[in-house]
Amino acid sequence: MALDMRLTAWLASRILRLMLVLLCVAAVSFGLMMLSPIDPVDAYLGPQMAQVSPEQRALIAEQWGFDAPASVQFSHWLRHVLSGELGWSHIYNQPVSEVIQQRFQRSLALLFSAWLLALLLGMILGIAAGSKEGSWLDRFISGYAYVTASTPTFWLAMLALLLFSVTLGWTPTCCAGPAGVLRQEVDPLTRLHHLILPIATLALLGMATITLHTRAKMVAFMRSETALHAFAQGASRFDIAWRHGIRHASLPAITLAFASLGELFGGSLLIEQVFAYPGLGQATVAAGLRSDVPLLLAIALFTALFVSIGNLIADGLYHLADPRIAQGQR
Amino acid sequence: MLHIDRLILQLPHYPHWWRQEWTTCIDALSLHIAPGEVHAVVGASGAGKSLLAAAIMGLLPSAARLEGALHFQATPLTPARQRQLRGRQLALIPQSLSALDPLARSRQQVRWAAQRAGLGRPAAQQRADELLAHYQLSHAATHYPHELSGGMARRVLIAMAQVSNAQLVIADEPSVGLDPTQRDRVLAKLKAIAREGKAVMLITHDLRHALPVADRVTVMYQGRGIETATAQAFRGQGEQLTSPYARSLWQALPDNAFSTQPSVLCQEPAFA
Repeated sequence: MALDMRLTAWLASRILRLMLVLLCVAAVSFGLMMLSPIDPVDAYLGPQMAQVSPEQRALIAEQWGFDAPASVQFSHWLRHVLSGELGWSHIYNQPVSEVIQQRFQRSLALLFSAWLLALLLGMILGIAAGSKEGSWLDRFISGYAYVTASTPTFWLAMLALLLFSVTLGWTPTCCAGPAGVLRQEVDPLTRLHHLILPIATLALLGMATITLHTRAKMVAFMRSETALHAFAQGASRFDIAWRHGIRHASLPAITLAFASLGELFGGSLLIEQVFAYPGLGQATVAAGLRSDVPLLLAIALFTALFVSIGNLIADGLYHLADPRIAQGQR
Repeated sequence: MLHIDRLILQLPHYPHWWRQEWTTCIDALSLHIAPGEVHAVVGASGAGKSLLAAAIMGLLPSAARLEGALHFQATPLTPARQRQLRGRQLALIPQSLSALDPLARSRQQVRWAAQRAGLGRPAAQQRADELLAHYQLSHAATHYPHELSGGMARRVLIAMAQVSNAQLVIADEPSVGLDPTQRDRVLAKLKAIAREGKAVMLITHDLRHALPVADRVTVMYQGRGIETATAQAFRGQGEQLTSPYARSLWQALPDNAFSTQPSVLCQEPAFA
């Protein structure tokens, strides 16, 4: 009974906080769009701009409500969002909710595989490196992690594209499927073939930080009294890494993996641009460049929600990884 | 069972980054422990007691320099042999309760110790449950270390040292931080281990409570073995003790004269 009450209160406070975050995100993104030098009417008209008279432009602006003050526009938009109406994307000529749904489905495959790969490989490499500090394996893995951690995403993506797609011709150079084929007709294997390079580049970057943090945790653990006691019981380094190391290293790895969802999303923005992968990241860039305010705001909200939920999950998983936190919460 | 002859342990330190110096932590220490005996090693902090335990177990930092003879069951204890015997023939009850993995349940920790001693998983589980029952810990089997009292955690550590039939058990300050009842219980457990014919090395700074269970006592000071005497020698005014340091240590106890002779206790002890 008391537990239910506390859980409800905890959930309510979390949801309230999430709402506030979303409101702030919306307000800030809206303000930035207002400050943006790109005029939505010009962006909408594109090359036909010259054929449109100033009167007609004013008419379009009036029709869309661009002549109203920013605060009126924002409250108008907010009212619609609260009633579940995200608006119309003028660049895709589709409801915003449909654009996000389609794009996110494609991005999800990329984001999730890259995220999972980064987490698993990062943890394995980190534990392997940290369990014997200063060994050649440790030097190799940390050296590699430092190099990838300091590599810009888009640059690595371009190099990968040059090597694997252009020079070696192993992977396609663009898109989510072959040109001229409908999305529904692309078979899973072809889809995967188009995804391999973006996933690998994105995972490689997320992996570096997870590797380095896991390694640091593991090095500290190997110097702890717990590890010394395990050695006294006749345990090998592998045994200690397997039985104790994974438990101790999973906490920072999980924290980092969920906390870096935002970074991962930012990385996917660049990666999708380089690989011309038609996901949410590419839609974000298009919406920004062509001043599609409803779409951009909706994507900002959606991303904020996505990252917040990720953090919420991380909080929940701590309890599984560390019984001491679980008890503190009780 | 354990024979230590003129053991010298040196650790490097750097007074300046370019100059390495060696600090002698154990200086020509000789010690013999027989089966069935509780041998107390008593000394103040920094006397080198815990390092002695680490030297026997082969858990010294790799930079350490070790000289002298270390024999276990009449065979030299080489690093390779130490690795092989650790957890099987040589068991250590560590000083700190943080030696328990905070993220694992008691039952798991004891089972892991048993598996490390060479038992298969089912046998190890059975052995762990037996030991937990023996140390009245069955109800705490699924507890994590932070849910255990100091005495319970200490008993888990003792249980972990008992998974194999280790012939030499080194207990490093096992009674620190325990109330009198718990302390007596822990010391009685160690005595019981010795009665099974094993050798117990009891490292402590608490001479008074070690005496009832100990058969012999070695007093250490600054890495040197000052004196090894039977537990019976510690009585009266300590007339049977040969070194002034051991005698004043005995006399300084609250039950005795409670007398401190600063000249002897705080300065370099005079010994031959």
